[in-house]
Amino acid sequence: MDHEIPTDRRYAESHEWVHETDAEGVLRIGISDFAQDELGDIVFAELPREGETFDRGDQFAVVESIKAVSDIYLPVSGTIEAVNEAITDQPELINEDPHGDGWLVEIRTDDDVDHLLTAEEYEEQI
Amino acid sequence: MQRHRQTKWDETTSEGHEPLLSEKDSTRHEPEDTYLPDDLTRDGIELPSLSEPELVRHYTRLSQMNYGIDDGPYPLGSCTMKYNPKFTEDIAGSTAAAIHPDRDPELSQGALQVYHELQDYLSRIGGMDAVTLQPPAGAAGELTGILIAKAYHEHNGEGDEREEILVPASAHGTNFASAAMAGYDIVELPADDDGRVDLDALTEAVGETTAALMLTNPNTLGLFERDIEEIADIVHDAGGLLYYDGANLNALLGRARPGDMGFDVMHFNVHKTFATPHGGGGPGAGPIGVREGLEQFLPTPQVRTDGDEYTLVEPDESIGKVHGSMGNWLVLLKAHAYISRLGDDGLTDTSAKAVLNANYLAERIDLEVPFEPFHHEFVASAGETDAADFAKAMLDNGVHPPTTKWPEIVDEALMTEPTEAESKRSLEQLAAAFNAVSDEDADTIADAPQTTAAKRIDQTTAARDPTLSWQQLSE
Repeated sequence: MDHEIPTDRRYAESHEWVHETDAEGVLRIGISDFAQDELGDIVFAELPREGETFDRGDQFAVVESIKAVSDIYLPVSGTIEAVNEAITDQPELINEDPHGDGWLVEIRTDDDVDHLLTAEEYEEQI
Repeated sequence: MQRHRQTKWDETTSEGHEPLLSEKDSTRHEPEDTYLPDDLTRDGIELPSLSEPELVRHYTRLSQMNYGIDDGPYPLGSCTMKYNPKFTEDIAGSTAAAIHPDRDPELSQGALQVYHELQDYLSRIGGMDAVTLQPPAGAAGELTGILIAKAYHEHNGEGDEREEILVPASAHGTNFASAAMAGYDIVELPADDDGRVDLDALTEAVGETTAALMLTNPNTLGLFERDIEEIADIVHDAGGLLYYDGANLNALLGRARPGDMGFDVMHFNVHKTFATPHGGGGPGAGPIGVREGLEQFLPTPQVRTDGDEYTLVEPDESIGKVHGSMGNWLVLLKAHAYISRLGDDGLTDTSAKAVLNANYLAERIDLEVPFEPFHHEFVASAGETDAADFAKAMLDNGVHPPTTKWPEIVDEALMTEPTEAESKRSLEQLAAAFNAVSDEDADTIADAPQTTAAKRIDQTTAARDPTLSWQQLSE
């Protein structure tokens, strides 16, 4: 099945995407179209609180679908700047628009994203 | 091949579902004049107005539009529901059993004798030194057991350091939840290639921060943890305790005891092992046993006897109460009745039949079973087929399907446990249903079930937007 893989962002092997925001040093993070499709209908998302600090590779969120409960990992280190409150009430946004309205968090970080996969590399992986 | 069919309404002439009582016929009742202030009265209430036969038929029909363990083979096993012999209902329903749980000990010597005997039976079955009957469910027993482990470490002045509990990846979800509820951090242990605890990973994970390892044996793949004595040594050498999840105890009854394997604390799922109703949705029981040195932390009260009289005693450093009275009396009475009826030989026979039945069934089905040799349950793989679809197709073949998609260590898992209660003929019926689905084409499986009263349930909406009370129905 074909999945959307926008070329304006980077991807982690564990299927998270990272996108720059207008604010300097703040990255937006979500899960890929492939990931949401694998998970199936998402019914619940547990997100961190603003101000929480994580290291790269830490589990920062949990997404529950009718098939499975999955940990979501942070591709960069930093402090949670914003949380997408909309998906608390409408977890289906992650299924419907994984790269847009279904984003999970924004994080303030000093890390760069060079270690992450390009869209082309990610496409090869999946 | 015999295929059981559920009752249902004719879908060509009606919607096919059984209406709610209030949808059938209801009358609005307005309150009569009252002296109560307005804010304490309501304007009126809609109540069903049905004759007694209509009411009886409604519930009978609902039971017939379903598939239960009294209808046919039900390989969810002891894990979820095993057959409860009817004689235990008679005993629980007898007038002698109808006593108030908080009656004075002097007036309830008979009940206390039953409790005391059950404490003794369970101690002997588990190889434990003391038992509490109080926890009202298996998971409540787990939490109680972990709280006792915590009290033990606090007693030794190590409460602050020992902040981790180790749990194997294939463990029951309740293990993680119980440890977390007791305030512990959880360290998940990976399985080795043959599906058992990886000793190297265990050795690396244990240390001064370890409070306990929670383990079920045989594990959720039905595999006996052969290295259990070494596992116990590793955990004990690090100062931790070994907790036994009793979920799979009916594979070992009369043959091996957790206490002899080195376990310090354990819970008994009396609905899994001793055929009492499942706790979910009603009163249950999850007694726990402890080894010497931990009995002073047990919940209060304990039943003791000097040979003549039974008394209630508070253990010296009790963690307190985890449930009212002594626990759920009638459930415990059923467990006592079951153990008494079967006796030593009967219980030993139970584990033999549980293991024999699982192995016979596995032998008869065409699916791959990746991990062997197993005991009372096995995990088959549906292979290329989605395990949930496979299960739906089994419904069309007139039996209840097994647990699906768990443990995750097997792809498209079908976790199957026929239990000791099924006859050879029932096992053949189950095997025929497994094999019929294996031979079906992908479209038939994807469209199943076609014959049941309810088709595919909308799980997504049920999870995203649940209707959990009758008030929500009318919103």
